[in-house]
Amino acid sequence: MEEINALMGGFAVALTWQNVMYMFIGTILGVLIGTLPGLGGANGVAILLPLTFSMEPTSAIIMLSCIYWGALFGGAITSILFNIPGEPWSVATTFDGYPMAQKGDPGTALTTAFTSSFVGAFVAVLMITFLAPMVAKFALKFGPAEFFAVQLLTFCSFVGMSKEPPFKTIAAMMIGFALAAVGMDTITGQLRLTFGEEELMRGFDFLIAVIGLFGLGEILLTMEEGLAFKGTEAKIDAKVVWQTWKKLPAYWATFIRGSLIGCWMGVTPGGATPASFMSYGIAKKFAKNPAGFGKGEMEGIVAPETAAHAAGTSALLPMLTLGIPGSPTAAVLLGGLLIWGLQPGPLLFVEKADFVWGLIASMYLGNIAGLIVVLTTVPYFAAILKIPFSIIAPVILVICAIGSYTVGNAMFDVYLMVVFGIIGYVFKKLSYPLAPMVLALVLGDTAEGAFRQALLTSQGDMGVFFANGLVGGITALALIMLFSPILSKLWGMVSGKKAAA
Amino acid sequence: MAISMKSAFGKALVGVMGAGLVASVSTSALAAWEPDKQVEFVVPAGTGGGADQMARLMQGIIVKHNLMKQPLVVVNKSGGAGAEGFLSVKNSKGDPYKIIITLSNLFTTPLATGVPFNWKDMTPVAMLALDQFILWTNTEKGYKSAKDYIEAAKAAGPGKFKMGGTGSKQEDQIITVGLEKATGAKFSYIPYKGGGEVAVQLVGNHVDSTVNNPAEAVAQWRAGSLTAQCVFDDVRLPYKTKVTATQSWNDIPTCKEAGVPTDYQMLRGIFMAPGVTADQIAYFNEVFKKMMATPEWKEYMEKGAFSQTVLTGKEFADWLTKAEADHKQLMQEAGFLAK
Repeated sequence: MEEINALMGGFAVALTWQNVMYMFIGTILGVLIGTLPGLGGANGVAILLPLTFSMEPTSAIIMLSCIYWGALFGGAITSILFNIPGEPWSVATTFDGYPMAQKGDPGTALTTAFTSSFVGAFVAVLMITFLAPMVAKFALKFGPAEFFAVQLLTFCSFVGMSKEPPFKTIAAMMIGFALAAVGMDTITGQLRLTFGEEELMRGFDFLIAVIGLFGLGEILLTMEEGLAFKGTEAKIDAKVVWQTWKKLPAYWATFIRGSLIGCWMGVTPGGATPASFMSYGIAKKFAKNPAGFGKGEMEGIVAPETAAHAAGTSALLPMLTLGIPGSPTAAVLLGGLLIWGLQPGPLLFVEKADFVWGLIASMYLGNIAGLIVVLTTVPYFAAILKIPFSIIAPVILVICAIGSYTVGNAMFDVYLMVVFGIIGYVFKKLSYPLAPMVLALVLGDTAEGAFRQALLTSQGDMGVFFANGLVGGITALALIMLFSPILSKLWGMVSGKKAAA
Repeated sequence: MAISMKSAFGKALVGVMGAGLVASVSTSALAAWEPDKQVEFVVPAGTGGGADQMARLMQGIIVKHNLMKQPLVVVNKSGGAGAEGFLSVKNSKGDPYKIIITLSNLFTTPLATGVPFNWKDMTPVAMLALDQFILWTNTEKGYKSAKDYIEAAKAAGPGKFKMGGTGSKQEDQIITVGLEKATGAKFSYIPYKGGGEVAVQLVGNHVDSTVNNPAEAVAQWRAGSLTAQCVFDDVRLPYKTKVTATQSWNDIPTCKEAGVPTDYQMLRGIFMAPGVTADQIAYFNEVFKKMMATPEWKEYMEKGAFSQTVLTGKEFADWLTKAEADHKQLMQEAGFLAK
């Protein structure tokens, strides 16, 4: 158990009073950054990075990674309260978190989200502690074909779960793919669908679309229903945390699935956003009560939050052992390590063991600090919903506008957000589902890239997606997921006939 | 064929290395102009890449050593392969509160996409360094030399060997085309999003070789998974401290020595908006000169095995003119120019 010894050494490094202070400062900053849509963990860390050069590297990375944990926690807050995802990986949290808060249970929704995040992160840290070298080897097996298979699995586990007619789902998804194609095409190095407009070269940022579609769209819908001058009847009670915790163990299977999906996607590196979507889709497939999903089902918060936080945390593993970042924030942290003269890669664990184990110990402590910080704020955040809509709506609008501006420092993005808001409203009115469009927008680009890279390596042979056990297995699983509604119907018919006969 | 982009400073490089740093930076003792509000430092690439790292390091050094009274704020404008960042500087005529760090997309983006900008639309300030490229292969495959590897690629047939690189129609693919022209081998070029990812794809044997920057692949080199075959420069890297158990950067042969003559370096330079005054340029040159004298900068240069070639003023403009012509010719021959 040399890992345990090393980890204890790490705790000794991390548990100085300065480092604990940095941990709390980092977490609180992170929660704030995560709450403001658009700012995001990557930007937050990038802005603060230069300020940490005069700090000792271990303290600096502890503070920066705590900002990251904080942002992972904070992303859920606006998703649940206002239907505005603070971070891309919180989109799936809005599906059930927002309805639950609207039903008058924001405290339960927030507690569920934070606790699930913590569980996901904890599983991921355990994995980093004990399985790092093995997992790093596994990540090396992922080439373009494997990446595409994973993306396909995300799509397939999500498709077919929509209540809307299939044609509307497909139409929404295709619009998402078309939007994702705008901007630079990495495979050919050409600009696509920009019509010579400078502003379109950036492409459609997923966050701007989401802030508009969900946040602004929701405000427009609420306004149409008439300006309510009273807030939601939110039950707010300090005991909400305990009451929620009593109910959570029932979803143990969802926790395990979510953590596993998250760890896998964080390491490979698929990222937290696809992990949260995949986990949500799969949870719904296996749920006892799939009809409740989208209406405020607790399991619908557990699944994406567990996976997102597990992925966000395990994304640091490929960064430390291979030098490839599993998420945008990890990419910025990686830059920080290089600047401090630490070289991420296979030798980091050997040469800078103090630093690595200090960081890993801080992952345990930082997540506990994060959980304490966010749980104490639950009643305050939940109380926001008591404020009448007519007062809170302009505030939300301002948050939406600031968030969209921050993504690319461009005024054009704010206008774009408004356009997306109107699209969101129209979609809702015509009952087109938003989720497939958002999913296609966030994954379309990477999925397309991986697909074309894979075909380039195989010189056009589609067999590359079944070339070995790993890629073939994932592709087959994806296809089973895709056709599972039809298969189960067929199975039902066959067994039904048997019963009749 | 050699992509001889730098015969002009080949000698200068050795000179600069010997004589210490920054021989040619303009030396006005006290610049008359000084910014009275924050300066925006544009990075025409995403967060976490090589240019972004360098910009944030510069920002950190400037804060730590108190080299500027006003804050320097790094802003990423990566849209359209960096065109977004370049256009924002081009369109801020006379604005001295905006500087931009460049990579090869200064030349490749307008040529490949047809987006209307050119380095002449901005004011060149200084070349801070040149980033090197190395031909890497997976150690497991056991190629003894670059020549050995190229022969294997030729024997396998055109397009059978895969070269991984960052982006499309950018530096990595241009080097690949240069290598093909010099040797007659033919690769399938697979574009990825980032350099670190490319190096790991090589370790996982998903591609056969890469032309990563030293910094992108050094961790895997030290771990013994990658072999450095040759450096795309006409002189060897100057750093003689052992990096792996047996090799220093200086032990890597040049591609010319290895019999596959190709060479290419990437500009790490600073530009300002068009129409800024000489005083304003001098101010930033003074700041960079002090920055490049710090131990942090020197350590960064050595860790990343950069070529510490510093140029300003007319010499820099001449270098840019030649580099642009070279890129244009190479990209035209490869069929990469926008139609």
